[in-house]
Amino acid sequence: METVKEKKKGTDSKKTIKISGAEAIIHCLLAEGVETMYGYPGGAIMPVYDELYKFQDKLTHILTRHEQGATHAAQGYARVSGRVGVAIATSGPGATNLVTGLADAQIDSTPMVCITGQVTRQLLGTDAFQETDIIGISTPVTKWNYQITEASEIPEVMAKAFYIAKSGRPGPVLIDITKNAQIDAFDFSYEKCTAVRSYKPVPKPKMSAIQAAADLINSAKKPFIVWGQGVILGQAEQELKELVEKAGIPAAWTIMGASALDTAHPLNVGMVGMHGNYGPNLMTNECDLLIAIGMRFDDRVTGRLEDYAKQAKVIHFEIDPAEINKNVHADVAVLGNSKDTLGLLLPLINENKHESWHNIFKEKYKIEFDTIIKNDIHPTKEGLTMGEVIEEINLASNNKAVIVSDVGQHQMIACRYAKFSQSKSNITSGGLGTMGFALPAAIGAKMGAMDREVVAIIGDGGYQMTIQELGVIFQHKVPVKIVVLNNEHLGMVRQWQELFFEKRYASTVMVNPDFVKIAEGYSIEAKRISERKDLKSTIQEMMASKEPYFLEVKVEQEDNVFPMIPSGASVSEVRLK
Amino acid sequence: MENKWFTISVYSENNVGLLNRISGIFLKRHINIESLNVSKSEIDDVSKFTIVAHTTEKWVHNIVGQIEKQIEVIKAYYHTDDETIYQESALFKIASGLLFDERQIQNIIKDNNAQIVTVSRDFFVIAKSGRRSEIDEMHDQLKPYGIMQFVRSGRISVTKDEMKISSILKEF
Repeated sequence: METVKEKKKGTDSKKTIKISGAEAIIHCLLAEGVETMYGYPGGAIMPVYDELYKFQDKLTHILTRHEQGATHAAQGYARVSGRVGVAIATSGPGATNLVTGLADAQIDSTPMVCITGQVTRQLLGTDAFQETDIIGISTPVTKWNYQITEASEIPEVMAKAFYIAKSGRPGPVLIDITKNAQIDAFDFSYEKCTAVRSYKPVPKPKMSAIQAAADLINSAKKPFIVWGQGVILGQAEQELKELVEKAGIPAAWTIMGASALDTAHPLNVGMVGMHGNYGPNLMTNECDLLIAIGMRFDDRVTGRLEDYAKQAKVIHFEIDPAEINKNVHADVAVLGNSKDTLGLLLPLINENKHESWHNIFKEKYKIEFDTIIKNDIHPTKEGLTMGEVIEEINLASNNKAVIVSDVGQHQMIACRYAKFSQSKSNITSGGLGTMGFALPAAIGAKMGAMDREVVAIIGDGGYQMTIQELGVIFQHKVPVKIVVLNNEHLGMVRQWQELFFEKRYASTVMVNPDFVKIAEGYSIEAKRISERKDLKSTIQEMMASKEPYFLEVKVEQEDNVFPMIPSGASVSEVRLK
Repeated sequence: MENKWFTISVYSENNVGLLNRISGIFLKRHINIESLNVSKSEIDDVSKFTIVAHTTEKWVHNIVGQIEKQIEVIKAYYHTDDETIYQESALFKIASGLLFDERQIQNIIKDNNAQIVTVSRDFFVIAKSGRRSEIDEMHDQLKPYGIMQFVRSGRISVTKDEMKISSILKEF
């Protein structure tokens, strides 16, 4: 590994200690400030677990009930805290069980380091017990991966792993460590990685591009901002707010960008995308300037690309050069960290108000409110809606909770109706759409932000994909609030079947177990409600509890999520019903 | 957008697994690698991948962006054929008897500017470098006489324009 060796400085005076590779791994984690990690032991990683036992006063290891849970917990931890999440597993099936979480972290740019044990060097390639080529398997779903086969490689590679995971556009890194490298002793010393010669994490902002962006913004009549997670990852929330306010530009968010700007901010006009708000989707094709900030024009955001914002000039603020012109042509591309580029932009922006333009968004909101939102959050029909549950959580938490959602109808409803008053509050599987994400991610989120309320909103389908992680909540008394919105269906697929497959409900009806009994089996306080009269008081009780709490809400079985841009349709074709 | 031939040049660190990362980028997009060559480059300790793909400019732009994003990749470029000087190499293994029995084979070797690399009792080997079409032409000429073995390398190419790798590396 030539790059790493090159970076190794010849400081002979540096203190070294002779320790095993396994102990070295712990020292590396401590040096990187890791306090909590998630994992599952097994044969090929046992030397590291033996050291974790010795260091348990310094480093907390949470035993998840499945390695996938470890990755999602690490993701939840990373997403609320902005720190690197760490997951650890053994070789073979332990390693392959990490793959979904790696893919999720890759597509949602979550900083995560995964450590896997591997069979001893001499057994590589012999189809040894629990040997699997996790480097080959994880390559397409990692920002970087590396197999360590000698103990002496550990410090440099671990330092590089953390540096790569968190720098630039963050992502997951997997380090596979053969058992001999864990056992062998070597002279250990640690130096943090600050550069890799072939890797430029943050492009230097070009003033010419920033000036060109400012000129477009200052002359636009109908400017529209769409921001994504790049604002949160770049810690540019304040700069975004100042830009929106100074230039008076209506601003909408992708689900990954949610919570970067207060939901109640007058210029926050809502969510874009398939189930986003009516106004932002329609106005995408009416604006004269689209200002995309830290977002990547996912197909769920753009709808049919051929008809996406064709009338508008596009400015793309982005840290990753590969995203420029990938899906949508940028008239001006501003590369760099969003905090830096927006910071440089702000002094060049003229104060402005676009009242009549902003008023169109308000008018569209009124249409959406009257046809959809009112019925979602203040329903008059008998059955409970998902939307009114979210609204009660907003009220009971004073818009301060971290909302962790799974994938499906409840996710769209949670993202649409949850109100946020601080950043890093919407934790969801955006790009990969990983059912089963929320329960373990909520555990990690709570541990990453112990002072905050964490509410997991989960469907009855996704809940059962990682339900075993209730064991972690039980064992470690993790005070998360779990809300299962039970419609007895795989709701989103059922909705598509209703709308596009002539109501042929193939394998979307769920016959569910008694979720309350299951939670009680883990000694978690649990309630089930199915009537409106119990909703407010039960949610207040849940939010007031200092303990883990499980709430099953029986909701309408065949409600649909609207507005909706059907797959392959244009944002202009957003449907209200 | 029409499909064209593109030569992608990738300057990288020499690491286990990087080839897998790069080929995976093509695999994910269902785009075939037409030829691939990996060698050292003009800079010490820097490897050079030369990859040929037949695709649209939009896709080659996307692919090069993704390749360049890989941690160990220093820089990646793409060029059309008229922006590069390129060649391939081929080896033909032919039964020795033909060299003496068929005078025409000697003419083919001479006309194609090919070289005889080795001659043994049973076979001889001809090496030919040049454009794909030239090698194909020579292959067609030799085929009627019987080719025992044939192999052609991936494209190697240099660009007409400068690739500023050294200055990129100096920035670190």
